[in-house]
Amino acid sequence: MMDWAYLFEIALNGVASGGLYALAALAFVLVYKATRVVNIAIGEMLMIGAYLFFAFAASFSLPIWLAVLGAVLGTGLLGAVVERTMIRPLLGEPPISVFMVTVGLASILVGLVEIVWTADQRRLPEFLPKTPVMIGDAFLAPKVAYGALVALVLIVLVLLVFRFWRGGVALRATASDQAAAYSMGINVPRVFSLAWVASAMIAAVAGIIVGSIGGISSSMGVFGLSVLVVVIVGGLDSVLGALVGGVFIGLVEALAGSYLGGEYKLLATFVVLVVVLMIRPYGLFGTHEIERL
Amino acid sequence: MRIGTLKQSYIADAALFDSRTQKTWLALGAALLLLFPFMASDYWLYLACLVAINVASATGLNILTGYTGLVSLGQAAFMGLGAYTVAIMQTRLGTPFLLNLAAGGVVAMLGGLVVGIPSLRVKGLYLAIATIAASFITHFLFANLKLTGGTSGLSLPPAQLFGVALDTSFRLYWVILPVTLLMVLGAANLFRTRIGRAFIAIRDRDISAEVLGIPLLRYKLLSFGLSSFYAGVAGGLWAYFFRVVTPESFPLLMSIFFLAAIIVGGMGTILGGILGAVFMTMVPELLKLVFDLLPGGTEATVFLSPVRTVVFGLLIVGFLVFEPHGLAEVWRRIRRFFHLWPFKT
Repeated sequence: MMDWAYLFEIALNGVASGGLYALAALAFVLVYKATRVVNIAIGEMLMIGAYLFFAFAASFSLPIWLAVLGAVLGTGLLGAVVERTMIRPLLGEPPISVFMVTVGLASILVGLVEIVWTADQRRLPEFLPKTPVMIGDAFLAPKVAYGALVALVLIVLVLLVFRFWRGGVALRATASDQAAAYSMGINVPRVFSLAWVASAMIAAVAGIIVGSIGGISSSMGVFGLSVLVVVIVGGLDSVLGALVGGVFIGLVEALAGSYLGGEYKLLATFVVLVVVLMIRPYGLFGTHEIERL
Repeated sequence: MRIGTLKQSYIADAALFDSRTQKTWLALGAALLLLFPFMASDYWLYLACLVAINVASATGLNILTGYTGLVSLGQAAFMGLGAYTVAIMQTRLGTPFLLNLAAGGVVAMLGGLVVGIPSLRVKGLYLAIATIAASFITHFLFANLKLTGGTSGLSLPPAQLFGVALDTSFRLYWVILPVTLLMVLGAANLFRTRIGRAFIAIRDRDISAEVLGIPLLRYKLLSFGLSSFYAGVAGGLWAYFFRVVTPESFPLLMSIFFLAAIIVGGMGTILGGILGAVFMTMVPELLKLVFDLLPGGTEATVFLSPVRTVVFGLLIVGFLVFEPHGLAEVWRRIRRFFHLWPFKT
């Protein structure tokens, strides 16, 4: 006999943590849409955001809001630097090269964090409310619930900004046709920078939330692997795919984790990945590119 | 200075080593490799064995990624398959060393064929990430199957060859090096055949290759199979070298290491795979030597591992930005300088 209340609770937790995946996946898709770069270092950028927040909030004991602001701006700066020094010189190179550059970037970031903060696990200062959240009879850990709430608000905000703000329109124009965007007077290189900065900032927020739920360490980048699965399942260039994929993978992980055991979590996500790729090679919502000779 | 290429037959044109200078240097290199174990200390012999294993695996990945254009992040998983096969056969069945090694290669090859199946539908980076799935699934199997000894893994006795126990780096060197050389030579010759040229055609434009009459699925699978056979044999050597195999021995990072090695060395050249594997294996050791020289002693060694991580990343990024064709291109430039000397290039 299935325990429906238990199932509901697990599913709810899964959806809530899926919100974070969706947020991080959004950061990923933003860069991919604008610049066609698969940023495998997304998990490490999350980590940098969390560590900067840790530095500002715990080491310099700034107020929380200032620390968040500092972390977001700092990570945004990192995004700009990365775009300028590593990604721009490789414009027009084969996708494998650009992909490997981000692999190298991930390694550099992990190493830097270990040099500055050592590899030990650390806890972020508590700032989310502590009262448990009850939805119906289901209990939701407060950190997870508020984290998901922040993620949801931010996702909506980002979507609105990129719908109505000039820069957002420029970004979408560049994504849909680079040459046309150029000829309409859009400064495409600047759009590339913008995409990286915005993506890094979103990643920083996601990193702060992830870090405050599970603590931070130099192996936090593993979160990025799940995000990678999310975007591949959803389709690399689809915002909708990122959101749906995030919630879906969150659900799968929660269900696999509680019904099969913790070690099945990553296995389940990767099995889902393989199955989706076999059925729909371009992800659930990705554009099917037609190749011509 | 060398003037002109005065070849009079197709055989001469397709030869692997064409000039006398090249053959002289090769003979010198071979002599050096033969003398090396008698001159070097245990530590350097250990490194030489490790380098040779990595060269074998990197060459395998080069067949797949450098020559066929299919990016794979599963090389370590295939090495793991080979290593576990060897370990299980050695401990459970006690079959001879060379048979185990071949079996390791074959099992890894079968694994490679399975992983390669999506490669017809899935391309580019989607494929790269699909191969990450392979490495997680194999890790899960290694850690949870009874046959593989769970998380504590398997340890195996020294290999026996012609009644000699291969228990020191010195003895293993004489087995690992010939196997690696044989495999590298095989790979070099592969690209003088129809199969190798088909791989290159697929890399350059797979649809055009299909139009030219190259069955894509068969050749892509063949490439996957060959590459993972190399990985499996390298993994088998790895198992005999370290004599203990655990699920943590073959992490995703190792696959990244091999991909980095062929990028740093130069994708799509045999020399590149060799140079890259040698370079990437030696850099961490050189860093260790530098750290030993630094004042501060134990305090500095805390930073050794993170500095290695940073340098690893910087090498990948630096080579891609400043020297996209890798060390092989640097090598070619040096050679050209001497060919054209005293004229400037």
